[in-house]
Amino acid sequence: MVTGVSAASLASAGMAVQAAAEWQPILPGLIVLLPLLGFVLNGILALQSARHSSAALREGRDWDPFAGARPPATHRLPTWIGPGVMGLAFALALLNFLGMPADLHDPVVVPYWGWIVTGDLSIAAAIQLDQLSMVMTLVVTGVGFLIHVFSVGYMGRDPGYPRYFAYLNLFVFFMLVLVLGSGFATMFVGWEGVGLCSYLLIGYWFSDREKSDAGKKAFIVNRIGDVGFLLAMFLLFNGFGTLDFIPIFAGAENHFAAGGVTITAITLLLLLGAAGKSAQLPLHIWLPDAMAGPTPVSALIHAATMVTAGVYMVARSSVLFALAPTSQAVVAGVGVLTALVAATIAMQQYDIKKVLAYSTVSQLGFMFMAVGVGAFTAGIFHLVTHAFFKALLFLGAGAVIHAMHDAAHHGDGHLDEQDMRNMGGLRKYMPVTCAVMWIATLAIAGIWPFAGFFSKDEIIWYTAAWAGAESNPFGQLYAVYWGLALLTALLTAFYMTRLMVMTFHGANRTGKAASSHLHEAPNVMTVPLIVLAVLSVFGGWINVPNALSDSFAGLWGSLPMTEWLHHWLEPVTHTAAEIQVAGFGEAAHAAPAGGGEVAWALISTVAAAVIVAAAVMFVGRRKYVPAAQDAGPRGALPRFVYNKWYFDELYDAVIVRPVLALSRWCWKAIDTVVIDGFVNFTGNFARLAGWATSLFQTGQVNMYAFVLTLGVLFVLGAAVFL
Amino acid sequence: MTGLLASILYEDWILHALIWLPLVGTAHVLLTSAERAKDIAFRWSALVFVLSLGLWWSFDPGDGGFTMVSTAPWIESWGVSYALGIDGISVFMVLLTTFTSAIAILGSFEYVKKRRKAFYALMLLLEMGVVGFFLATDIFLFYVFFELTLVPMYFIVGIWGGQRRIYAAIKFFLYTAVGSLLMLVAILYVYFSSGTGSFGYEAFMNAGLSLREQLWLFAAFALAFGIKVPIFPFHTWLPDAHVEAPTPGSVILASVLLKMGTYGFLRFLLPFFPEAARHPVVVMVMLVLGVVGIIYAAWVAAVQPDAKKLVAYTSVAHMGFVVIGVFALTLNGLQGGMVVMISHGISTGALFLLLGMMYERRHSRLIEDYGGIGRVAPWFATAFVITALASIGLPGTSGFVGEFLALLGTFETHMVVAAIAATGVVFAAYYMLPMVQRVLFNKLDKPENRTFADLTRREMAIMAPLVALMIWIGVHPTPFLERMEPSIEVVLERVEGAPRAAVETMEGATMVEATVNPVEDPSADPAILPAPANVPARED
Repeated sequence: MVTGVSAASLASAGMAVQAAAEWQPILPGLIVLLPLLGFVLNGILALQSARHSSAALREGRDWDPFAGARPPATHRLPTWIGPGVMGLAFALALLNFLGMPADLHDPVVVPYWGWIVTGDLSIAAAIQLDQLSMVMTLVVTGVGFLIHVFSVGYMGRDPGYPRYFAYLNLFVFFMLVLVLGSGFATMFVGWEGVGLCSYLLIGYWFSDREKSDAGKKAFIVNRIGDVGFLLAMFLLFNGFGTLDFIPIFAGAENHFAAGGVTITAITLLLLLGAAGKSAQLPLHIWLPDAMAGPTPVSALIHAATMVTAGVYMVARSSVLFALAPTSQAVVAGVGVLTALVAATIAMQQYDIKKVLAYSTVSQLGFMFMAVGVGAFTAGIFHLVTHAFFKALLFLGAGAVIHAMHDAAHHGDGHLDEQDMRNMGGLRKYMPVTCAVMWIATLAIAGIWPFAGFFSKDEIIWYTAAWAGAESNPFGQLYAVYWGLALLTALLTAFYMTRLMVMTFHGANRTGKAASSHLHEAPNVMTVPLIVLAVLSVFGGWINVPNALSDSFAGLWGSLPMTEWLHHWLEPVTHTAAEIQVAGFGEAAHAAPAGGGEVAWALISTVAAAVIVAAAVMFVGRRKYVPAAQDAGPRGALPRFVYNKWYFDELYDAVIVRPVLALSRWCWKAIDTVVIDGFVNFTGNFARLAGWATSLFQTGQVNMYAFVLTLGVLFVLGAAVFL
Repeated sequence: MTGLLASILYEDWILHALIWLPLVGTAHVLLTSAERAKDIAFRWSALVFVLSLGLWWSFDPGDGGFTMVSTAPWIESWGVSYALGIDGISVFMVLLTTFTSAIAILGSFEYVKKRRKAFYALMLLLEMGVVGFFLATDIFLFYVFFELTLVPMYFIVGIWGGQRRIYAAIKFFLYTAVGSLLMLVAILYVYFSSGTGSFGYEAFMNAGLSLREQLWLFAAFALAFGIKVPIFPFHTWLPDAHVEAPTPGSVILASVLLKMGTYGFLRFLLPFFPEAARHPVVVMVMLVLGVVGIIYAAWVAAVQPDAKKLVAYTSVAHMGFVVIGVFALTLNGLQGGMVVMISHGISTGALFLLLGMMYERRHSRLIEDYGGIGRVAPWFATAFVITALASIGLPGTSGFVGEFLALLGTFETHMVVAAIAATGVVFAAYYMLPMVQRVLFNKLDKPENRTFADLTRREMAIMAPLVALMIWIGVHPTPFLERMEPSIEVVLERVEGAPRAAVETMEGATMVEATVNPVEDPSADPAILPAPANVPARED
């Protein structure tokens, strides 16, 4: 594989050889290549099948690949290729994970070729394997594999089936480049690449104007963040002369004074990039629109993996952020505000996917809060558990929409298959989906012993503990974050229960004709749901904190794997932790309002349980009518949050329209009137002058020679004396 | 491969062949029938391209100077010679020219219906002029080729163009002519003041100009090349020329004619007037114009109803990246600028070809006349999307490598400029994606579009190499970067270290210098030499 490695990338190659003594990874490049292979194969099939569909369209026929007894090869093979490459990639990742020594101190870098090598810069196409990238790879390939399998059922009757899997495989390829890249530049390749796939998949049904608009919006908003990422890279390059992780993180402490201007600028610019990708305020507006894509896409890209890239990036750069406490406070502030705002919006949405979208934005806010307060492990922990239960929620919603879609076909009149006001009582028709979604709901609500309880509790606790650290200059601010985070956690419990009750309980509102066609999803869809449900129950046990392990939360010491993830990630996060302790002092052992870790864990889980119970009663008693007969929320505040705090309208008025107006003005005023006006004037003037000078065309050679000489002398003279 | 090329003495004749074979082709086309003209022209251009490919192996950047040099006296009394040479900068421009010429001719088969012999003769003549421009190392020869390219392009737009072709052609001609006449004056000035009586490249490098002279001469050259690039505010000829030009004309215009401007910066402007080029005010003016071009052109592009005009404006934005990369005067910036030049040549050329295919099918350039094309023409849509992504600089495509390096290099010396320029990546998405959407996506609601044919075999043969190049340069640009680096170092050293380097080399080269140019005082800093114009004129 190591072909064309240029001299400049040999340095990193040498590093790999050195590390190889410690541990030799098994074909890490293949983990990345397998999804790419899937993309190429599925892509060929997609173009092949598109030939038939476009030919039919041109002749005015309908082409249904599923009309015959057996669909054509182009629609059968992706079933095996798409999930197949993912399964293999996951197996290979698992093999490497199991082989990776727990005490591996230095990351293993495997270079493949010198990507961009100039006299001053050397970027190698290289993979960096360490504890953090390993965890991410497992999540991406593992959850990704389950979602690919689910897609077989969900997208199985879509005419664009091969194209769908081509895009999905391509997405995983770029996501793996993102998490496995050995430097900021390679990470950026994955970063923009997943953005591209997100664009393609949101607009997968591209004939629909609204859907392709949503894809475009996602891409452009993401690119605003990418500018921040780019500028941060430039600043890092100016400081270090490289963009590779290892030398930058090793040298950061000596290079930057803690809290200095440059490091603060770098981290704030990185935050801008992260906010774009992870849909944090003020760049969160694209994610809810992104729900236009097929639902498994929302599960994979817009819940489990891509949108968490910002969290991964901050955790990856933990050393840099630890050196910039101001930036950290901003990161945490952005996170907590996003969490709160998105949670309020989620409370008033009727579209089942919109609720989940805002819920995702909100949970990402929790992760940002975690990495902002320096609890990098907690952030990654929540990222992992969230990948389980949010993927489950989206896929479950997918199963619901799948059923509603079939019902809508048979119903009378138009039926919005995603509007929860048209659902109700679905438990009767889809008991498995209902059960697994309840598990995910309890997990996200933070109820013990489900996965979300452990990860969310850890975030909230760390915020409290660092708020009380002796010399934390932002101690009081952290205390506010802590309070807001608690409030948001309770809102989460409410809006998720509301979703469950409106969808699965109470009377059915689908309509008589339609409701008889409601059905449980096929096995190919329910099995991934069940796997994810198991993970949503037990996933939190990989990191039971020491302080809780001897309490109720750890079943009085009988849960295994106490602080496993914490120890596992320690080689990656310990430098940042040391810097933080050096700056802030030790974290406190009590929350700002008093009380220890066990007490607050008990309080939060009990409070969440109470909210869930209250919401079941409150929402269950409310009478909903089908969407067609409903006027939406009443009252100023509910309308305000229902309309998403009017962010879109604000941006439209303040940014989109002015830029468009300015663009038109540049064209019509400057280009057409000023510049071309001048040019045309000169042209006409020259014509006039030409007519005038034509009077000099006497035909006498002497005259010409005289004028010519005069002219040359004049020009030369002007050049000399000016 | 290298051995094979050496056995046929490739390096001895290739540069001449690349210039003169298109001319032979021109003659052949004129002698044949109108029906066969396109095939003959394509074969000649393909032959030239295949021959030029040998440069990839046989060209050795060495220390960055000219290689494969050959000189023959031409107009001896004026000191003009037929002098050719190639280095790491021009080699890519030549390859780009031979490649896109063949592609453009292949892409014109359906588009050009009238006066075909004349058209293909002019296309080959244009190729000859451009190749000659990139290979000339004699300033007089360079100027002849520079002017030579103007004439065929003028007729291509003026005869085979759209409705407003006459206006566009004249505008193109006047703009360019104004710049090139000023440059002619500047060339003559340097010629006379160098006192060597030679139009050779070396003579112009060692003309010993004062800073004040350099600034004026810089302005004249910069205007000529800046119009060609084009730099804001001299860009308004470009949208008109592009919109009116036939597809192959647009392709050549975007792919190579614009590059003549930026190539002029690297080849002539910076090395001839290094002190002016590094003067802080000059640098700032050029950087600001570059940034304005990036942002302004992106905005204007975004509101164009005409797809071809939109792409024309994006050229201005792309070339803005070249301008800032060059005038950042850093290695990364200059190399980035070069890669943008190559990448823009490929991706924008490809975009114009795709728009040409659309026009051939629907006879409209208006974006609103399309919609939903992706459903009826999936191969076309795939090629279109990949090209658009390369154009807006998605990582993994050629556009990213160039823009990234140009911005990085600019950031090293001018943070604020680079930061503003970086917003160009957002505006690139802002102009390109809506067009992609409105052409390929959305509803297929216009009945005329239902019969929109997908790519033919010939069109696939055109697009495949272009797409492959976009991805190759995006994934593995190092073979390109390492070939150009030494020559770019030479330019950079020349600009950065002109006085210092001159003094240092004086010690070893005093004797030689003294014999060549007895007027020059070896110990003196060239920067403070008396203006050679005041030296008594010599009769030689």
